[in-house]
Amino acid sequence: MTVAIDRATGERRGDRAPRPGLGQRLKHGYQKHWYAYAMIAPVAVVLGVLVLYPLVYGLYLTLTDANSLNSARTIGVNHIDATYKFIGLDNYADILWGPTAYDRFWSHFIWTIVWTALCVALHYFIGLGLALLLNQKLRGRTFYRLVLILPWAVPTFVTVFGWRFMLADGGVINAGLDALHLPTPLWLEDTFWQRFAAIMVNTWCGVPFMMVSLLGGLQSIDASLYEAAEMDGANAWQRFRYVTLPGLRTVSSTVVLLGIIWTFNQFAVIFLLFGNTAPEAQILVTWAYQLGFGQQPRDFAQSAAYGILLLAILIVFTSFYRRWLNRNEQQLAI
Amino acid sequence: MSTTTVETSAAVTGERPAPAPPARADRRGRRGLGATLASHGILIVASLVALFPIAWLVFLSLGPDKDDYLHPGRIWGKMTFDNYSFVLQNTNFFEWLKSSLIVSLGTTVIGVLVAATTGYAVSRMRFPGYKKLMWVLLVTQMFPIAVLIVPMYQILSELQLIDSYLGLILVYCSTAVPYSAWLLKGYFDTIPFEIDEAGRVDGLTPFGTFWRLILPLAKPGLAVAAFYNFITAFGEVAFASTFMLDDKKYTFAVGLQSFVSQHDAQRNLMAATAVLVAIPVSAFFYLVQRNLVTGLTAGGTKG
Repeated sequence: MTVAIDRATGERRGDRAPRPGLGQRLKHGYQKHWYAYAMIAPVAVVLGVLVLYPLVYGLYLTLTDANSLNSARTIGVNHIDATYKFIGLDNYADILWGPTAYDRFWSHFIWTIVWTALCVALHYFIGLGLALLLNQKLRGRTFYRLVLILPWAVPTFVTVFGWRFMLADGGVINAGLDALHLPTPLWLEDTFWQRFAAIMVNTWCGVPFMMVSLLGGLQSIDASLYEAAEMDGANAWQRFRYVTLPGLRTVSSTVVLLGIIWTFNQFAVIFLLFGNTAPEAQILVTWAYQLGFGQQPRDFAQSAAYGILLLAILIVFTSFYRRWLNRNEQQLAI
Repeated sequence: MSTTTVETSAAVTGERPAPAPPARADRRGRRGLGATLASHGILIVASLVALFPIAWLVFLSLGPDKDDYLHPGRIWGKMTFDNYSFVLQNTNFFEWLKSSLIVSLGTTVIGVLVAATTGYAVSRMRFPGYKKLMWVLLVTQMFPIAVLIVPMYQILSELQLIDSYLGLILVYCSTAVPYSAWLLKGYFDTIPFEIDEAGRVDGLTPFGTFWRLILPLAKPGLAVAAFYNFITAFGEVAFASTFMLDDKKYTFAVGLQSFVSQHDAQRNLMAATAVLVAIPVSAFFYLVQRNLVTGLTAGGTKG
């Protein structure tokens, strides 16, 4: 990545490439950059108005004691002005060290980490296994692929309701377990089984994305590499270890990062599976939503503070992940 | 896990060299047979797991009584489409369909257009701030809804956009565009830049090159981005349930919940609605799925 090619002009620009003089660069560059900026302007506006401004505003809210009782609101024809006040970092201190901080934050924090790690590992390994199977010349391969991406094709809010029917007490899963004389856990009531069910449903929902991405990665590996490895006497395991895995490295590091981010912020599965009924099974995102919108009075400030903490965790994680990739001389596909 | 992968790669490479001498092909063919059977076995089990919850939902939607999901055996005897006709005639189904389609298609059109220009700019032009923009796009992926939803709610209510389709479309664009731009950037990278040069030589402006040459060539990538936008908007729950207050403007994701949040859970109707919702989306999905692998990998593997 030291040399980037400007594809609009075919000009090579890199760290060590000889550069034209400043005046010339400005003159030549102006038009090109003008076009570039015009093309990214829409995205910049959308992100600026709907992401950056809310972020700054949210950051400000975390420093106040805003809730639905003291925010500006309109009841009928009367407009009531906001009366919340600035309280500094108290929200963060309260979340991290305040009384019952363990029950409110740390227990959800630990569960969120466990949830993310388990879900992404399951997504990745099941997805990789299925992608390897689908990458063979196999009769009915297209058919299998079409069926296997079904959980992705049907919207999550539909499939999660399907799972709710199946997991309900007296639903088909417990009926099946009962017929096999196995214990029938209370999937939607008992904390451990709630968590188990959440991971199970999310794995079911998330595998197709990994499978499709990794299948694409597998298909982009040059077949002659396998032939060369075979010529050199590599057995099947060695071909997998030294050709397939390195060939998948770029796509893997990208989809794993995306998977971690998406799973960490996964809202729909847990929200729809349990609603407000399972405080112990809420990950941080759904917990923050519950504080902000699922209770009365709505605690906007604490909810936003949770959001900022979540974002901070993800940004710290991503920068470490990137550093780790760079140390192993891997590239993130962006 | 390791045993299956070994067999797999054996089968992969075993069948690749087509013009092999007969004896060699024979030996490989036999080695491949066990692996092929194992592959079929695993794939069939996985397909059943993927299919079952959806098939079960379809099956339950045929039972007329709201507690039938507890006694699935009884449904066989009294299968009926009553739930479907009830949902279509007596609920807000078509209003929900209308709002879902307006919101999803709006997000798709606006999102893909915006993402395409951005993707093209970052794919072809090296401008100051290019790296930063790519990182901003990635970081936007990380925004938990919790940090945005409260301020967005207040901003939208100041702009009078609460309970309006436009507000929801804009909110969805902010979540769907960054990833689509990323994806399309990867796809544009695979289009040889000689094509741009040819366009420029023939006197097209960069916009003209983009619009007349690159966009038509990038159709598979655009299809994937469109699909991603559509699915994101169609399936989103949190924003929709917070910003849409009028029950005639609910999207399906919200409307479906209203079957249970009423005092008795009408699960049979819910199942029927869920099936009706799943049909158009899945149809749309299978229309673009042909391009899915190519488009996604282009976004995933090229740097």
